Amino acid sequence: MPKKIHVETTINGKPMEFLCEPRQSLLEVLRDEARLTGSKEGCNNGNCGACNVILDGRLVNSCLVLGPEVQGKTVTTIEGIASAQGLHPLQQKFLEHAALQCGICTPGFIVAAKALLEKNPKPSEEQVRHWLAGNLCRCTGYDKIIRAVLDAASVGA
Amino acid sequence: MKEFDYAAPVNLTDAAVLLAQYGARALAGGTDIIVQIRENRRDAGLVVDLKNVAELNVLSFDAKKGLILGAAVPCYRVAEHPEIRKHYPGLVDAISIIGGVQIQSRASVGGNLCNASPAADSIPALIALVASAVIATASGKRETVPVENFCTGPGRSILGPGAVLVHLHLPPPAPNSGSAYLRFIPRNEMDIAVVGVGVALTLNDKRTACVSARIALGAVAPTPLFVPEAGAALAGSPLADADIERAAALAQAAAKPISDMRGSADYRKHLVGVLVKRALRIAIERAKGG
Repeated sequence: MPKKIHVETTINGKPMEFLCEPRQSLLEVLRDEARLTGSKEGCNNGNCGACNVILDGRLVNSCLVLGPEVQGKTVTTIEGIASAQGLHPLQQKFLEHAALQCGICTPGFIVAAKALLEKNPKPSEEQVRHWLAGNLCRCTGYDKIIRAVLDAASVGA
Repeated sequence: MKEFDYAAPVNLTDAAVLLAQYGARALAGGTDIIVQIRENRRDAGLVVDLKNVAELNVLSFDAKKGLILGAAVPCYRVAEHPEIRKHYPGLVDAISIIGGVQIQSRASVGGNLCNASPAADSIPALIALVASAVIATASGKRETVPVENFCTGPGRSILGPGAVLVHLHLPPPAPNSGSAYLRFIPRNEMDIAVVGVGVALTLNDKRTACVSARIALGAVAPTPLFVPEAGAALAGSPLADADIERAAALAQAAAKPISDMRGSADYRKHLVGVLVKRALRIAIERAKGG
């Protein structure tokens, strides 16, 4: 059996270390080792975006990152989006616009939208739709999600 | 997922030794290899993460020497590079439509080549732009191979055990040159090419005639397909409609597509003609526009 690898990383601003098998994805490490179960497994092959996290400032599918690859890196998950004072404006706007039904895709959409607004605080509707092409929602459709993201941008999220 | 070992070498020599081991697989962005191992489409006893090898992360442009594109450089770094956007727009067209933003954060152009998919978006663009692959062999030598000779079949390349793709080299852009890549998919984003077409051409100083042109096709043969005769038909021509039609017909004649769930062979042949004409017109505009 391959040796487990010791990995030191920063997750949501806190230093963290874990042991993982090389075959464990970052998604599995987050959920099973760090007990951060907000990131979801949808397709597990890079199509759906439900596992999106921000890795060293870039949006990635955590199912397509191996646990050992995050040695020395910085990870932001959905659990790191809200502040101690309350929900992030994106989360608030998703509630106000009812931009979710079952909720499985929602963490990925919010993390992806956060990465977008950090790069482009005032995106056009087309830019939002283009950016979120890697996130799939199978129940509510996309209009409410797009409106929630645009509204969050309008209040300076 | 099946078990495997993991190594992250920091220099090319160590990487080559590791990759010479039986069952070793190279990892750059992981957007293909991790899925393939998980779905039992490729075996791996050892995954060698190449991203800590400095030489594979080089991305540099020089007006005299051209572009050095390290094998592990992720797509977003290439697409955001102002000089690459200016001088190699066909490459930027291609890599900007590989997956969504999440994939482009990780996927590398070098990995897209090494994965050797017949439908890879970057490869026809690279062939059109006269790219060559610089390979470090297991014996420590360097070999330079034109990209059109790199893939040997679906998922297969000339890389042997212990060989590492170091970087891609693209020659400096000639004055009055332009390039473009177009792909047909049934939706706007996040899909695999039914047909892809990469073109690059150079105009004369007066911009009244074509000096040289290259055309390459994706998803119409077991490997990405260079069609030298289609480009040669444009050389010396004024790029009139009839010239463009002739080049498109030659590209169609060279295409040997199969029928599958993405499209029938006949449909793909039709698309080759449409996309070659459209891509050429974009490249001509770009060559004229500077």
